Amino acid sequence: MLDKTSEHSLQLPDPVRFRDVSLTINRQELIANINCTLEHTGVSVVMGPNGAGKSLFLRLLAGLLKPTSGTITGSYINAKPGTTSSLSMVFQDPVLLRRTAHANIAYVLHQQKCPEEQLAEKVGNALKTARLERQRETPARRLSGGEQQRLALARALVVRPAILLLDEATASLDPASTHIVEGMAADAAATGTKIIFVTHDVRQAKRVGDDILFIHEGRLLTHKSIHDFFRDPGSKEAQAYLDGRVPE
Amino acid sequence: MGEIADAFWIAFNLLLSFDKELYSIIGLSLKVSLSAVAISCALGFTIGAGLSVYRFPGHRLIIIILNALMGLPPVVVGLIVYLILSRSGPLGVLGLLYTPTAMIIAQVMLITPLVAALSIQMLEELHLEYDEFFRSLRLTNFAKMKTLLWDGRRGLVTVGLAGFGRAISEVGAVMIVGGNINHLTRIMTTAIALETSKGTLALALALGIILIGFSLAVNAAVMLLRSNSKGQRYA
Ligand SMILES: Nc1ncnc2c1ncn2[C@@H]1O[C@H](COP(=O)(O)OP(=O)(O)OP(=O)(O)O)[C@@H](O)[C@H]1O
Ligand SMILES: [Mg+2]
Repeated sequence: MLDKTSEHSLQLPDPVRFRDVSLTINRQELIANINCTLEHTGVSVVMGPNGAGKSLFLRLLAGLLKPTSGTITGSYINAKPGTTSSLSMVFQDPVLLRRTAHANIAYVLHQQKCPEEQLAEKVGNALKTARLERQRETPARRLSGGEQQRLALARALVVRPAILLLDEATASLDPASTHIVEGMAADAAATGTKIIFVTHDVRQAKRVGDDILFIHEGRLLTHKSIHDFFRDPGSKEAQAYLDGRVPE
Repeated sequence: MGEIADAFWIAFNLLLSFDKELYSIIGLSLKVSLSAVAISCALGFTIGAGLSVYRFPGHRLIIIILNALMGLPPVVVGLIVYLILSRSGPLGVLGLLYTPTAMIIAQVMLITPLVAALSIQMLEELHLEYDEFFRSLRLTNFAKMKTLLWDGRRGLVTVGLAGFGRAISEVGAVMIVGGNINHLTRIMTTAIALETSKGTLALALALGIILIGFSLAVNAAVMLLRSNSKGQRYA
């Protein structure tokens, strides 16, 4: 389990660090003064009610949105694709190219100048771990919702990113697909990929997470280890979220 | 009614008689318009992909201008090309006036805005869909353009056909810059105009029928190619 490959551990990326990060769109403060540091290994779970700002948090982290104020640092930020400190993201609604499943995965390898002779094998392995071998020639957008999520994840992982952002990657999956996705994420984590995992599923959070960030109305209310969080959520909002109540 | 039946009969006979003159007119029509479409697609697709990906001040304005140019009257385009290529014009020394090359230039000017404007519409939508994925991959704009053109190729074929349709059916511009010279710059549309003015309506109509036939044939050929190239599966 420990250090299956040393590809990433040779050069430890800087941890992701948010300093006083705020994001205001149309005068609405959607992310309010977030401060946190994420270790460069392990799985960080992000939880919080709908509209809390979890997806925005990931977009900020990925550099897809610029904070209105504050700074986000981490060695992946200016990393070129294909380097070991790259970042991959699986969106809440997966963005798939209008190509076959196979071609979607080949595409990202191609973009990072993967040598042609390794390409076929890598794509094949990726399809295998995502259990999509039968669908290899199916247009990605004709796949079922769960298959699309698995494909998006396989495509994100095939470049061996230093950081992987998963935005509710199992929200619409059946138990078997969820199991596959969690397995893929766990394997990546075990080989040194940092994972940020947005989920609403408490049991899943306990299964996969090392630490947890609880976001509520754009604020980071809690950041602690999974174990501590479920013993003491640390805020009445988090307690209400876990109990399935609307906080008063 | 009798005239139309006559026209079909004449068209049929002309085609089967392998009339040399007719075939050279058809050949030149296709050569000019296909060349113009090829050049316009190269230009228009690049402009379309570029404007979908790059953002800069004046971006909106360029698109508005292209859309306006789409409706440019062919005779005006012909006149402009005529002025440029005429002996006293800036490119007069090239001696291109009244040659097929001049006709190609006129058609390129005519349909490039159309091809570009339609491509932008299509590729912008595709870009919107891919944007965050592209940016998460840190792609260069050039790589984005290549991907958009490739993944949008099915729609672009239709755009190219629209351009071809406009080029092959156009008469005003090629008449001015080509001069409708027998054996040299006479094409289907200018021949039809000539026969009409001479009053040989049945022959004019026959040529029209043949023109429509060739237009349909090119469309059908491209559609067929497209459905055979597994394109259907990438919807
Ligand atoms: N571009 C935008 N412009 C204006 N408001 C936005 C924009 N993007 C997000 N928001 C708002 O910001 C808030 C947080 O959105 P976000 O997508 O991060 O929520 P989330 O925590 O991921 O929710 P969910 O669990 O439903 O996915 C929402 O209220 C949303 O309406
Ligand atoms: Mg979300």
